[in-house]
Amino acid sequence: MRVGFLITHIRAEEKLLIEAFRTHGIEPDIILDRDLMFNINQGAEQLAPTGLAWADYDVIVERCVSTSRGMYALAILNSWGVRTVNTFHTASICADKLQTSLALAQANIPQPETRVGFSEQSGLEAIEDVNYPAVLKPVTGSWGRLLARVNDRDSAEAIIEHRQTLGNYTHHTYYVQEYVQKPERDIRAFVIGNRTICAIYRNSPHWITNTAKGGQASNCPVTHELNDICVRAANAVGGGILAIDLLEDEHGNLLVNEINHTMEFRNSSAPTGVDIASEVVQYALYGEEVLA
Amino acid sequence: MTNPTCPACEADVTIAEDAMENELIACPDCGSELEILSLNPVELDFAPEVEEDWGE
Repeated sequence: MRVGFLITHIRAEEKLLIEAFRTHGIEPDIILDRDLMFNINQGAEQLAPTGLAWADYDVIVERCVSTSRGMYALAILNSWGVRTVNTFHTASICADKLQTSLALAQANIPQPETRVGFSEQSGLEAIEDVNYPAVLKPVTGSWGRLLARVNDRDSAEAIIEHRQTLGNYTHHTYYVQEYVQKPERDIRAFVIGNRTICAIYRNSPHWITNTAKGGQASNCPVTHELNDICVRAANAVGGGILAIDLLEDEHGNLLVNEINHTMEFRNSSAPTGVDIASEVVQYALYGEEVLA
Repeated sequence: MTNPTCPACEADVTIAEDAMENELIACPDCGSELEILSLNPVELDFAPEVEEDWGE
């Protein structure tokens, strides 16, 4: 079996995945996204940077830290019929918080109250419609960057003016969510195919609980309720290998907050006792049916 | 073999035995994020700056 491993560079997760492939007797071909050059007028017979035709690969595992490079590469490869993990369909939804919210809403999956506006005025209306404090997020981006908790109208007007003046056009889409009074933690659940393989609490006294922002990971038991909402959320965005971020509201209800399609997991195997890299590799190599 | 040096502070940087090309590492002295461009011979450079679309 020939595996292409599409990356921006090698981080802890990529090393764990390469090692997991090796335990299955497979040396993945590393393909750097900086080396990609596609001829759109031709198909999968053209050569990858490795010198092999794209068509020769049984699967391309996409692990780019660059969302745009990864997503466009998936679009091209899937259009040629090359199997990828994840698919372009899934990546394109997860890469955009608004598209994710839409997919969740269509599948009737609980999520925070969400509003969208496209101008200074409608952005302000969106914020005041969910009431203060509100959370303003860029529709693309990760690691908790550029999130704003908007506590009052003065803050709202200032942040909107800054985004209008300093931001690029994506910052002029005002994606607003209610601020969920969560218990100093959120939940990150790892879904592979139709299974929630494990989950962690991300504990932090700060309202942003991303581990990239210092949140501490501890094991979160995968209950029937958690598995059910996570698998439904994963399927709503196209399925595959996904990290689902959830909030617990003040009544203990689970709300799906975000879904990540090239998840980081270096801090999650130890507290959960689950070899996440191995699970990812098994899915990439053998698909869902073997794991059931 | 001499250790490669950090392009920012010129400190010696020890390369782990299991290091890989294109792996990101941190300079032990100044903390600069570096990328291993090649292993034989070892060549280091600054890691690319984080871009707005980087993430999970």
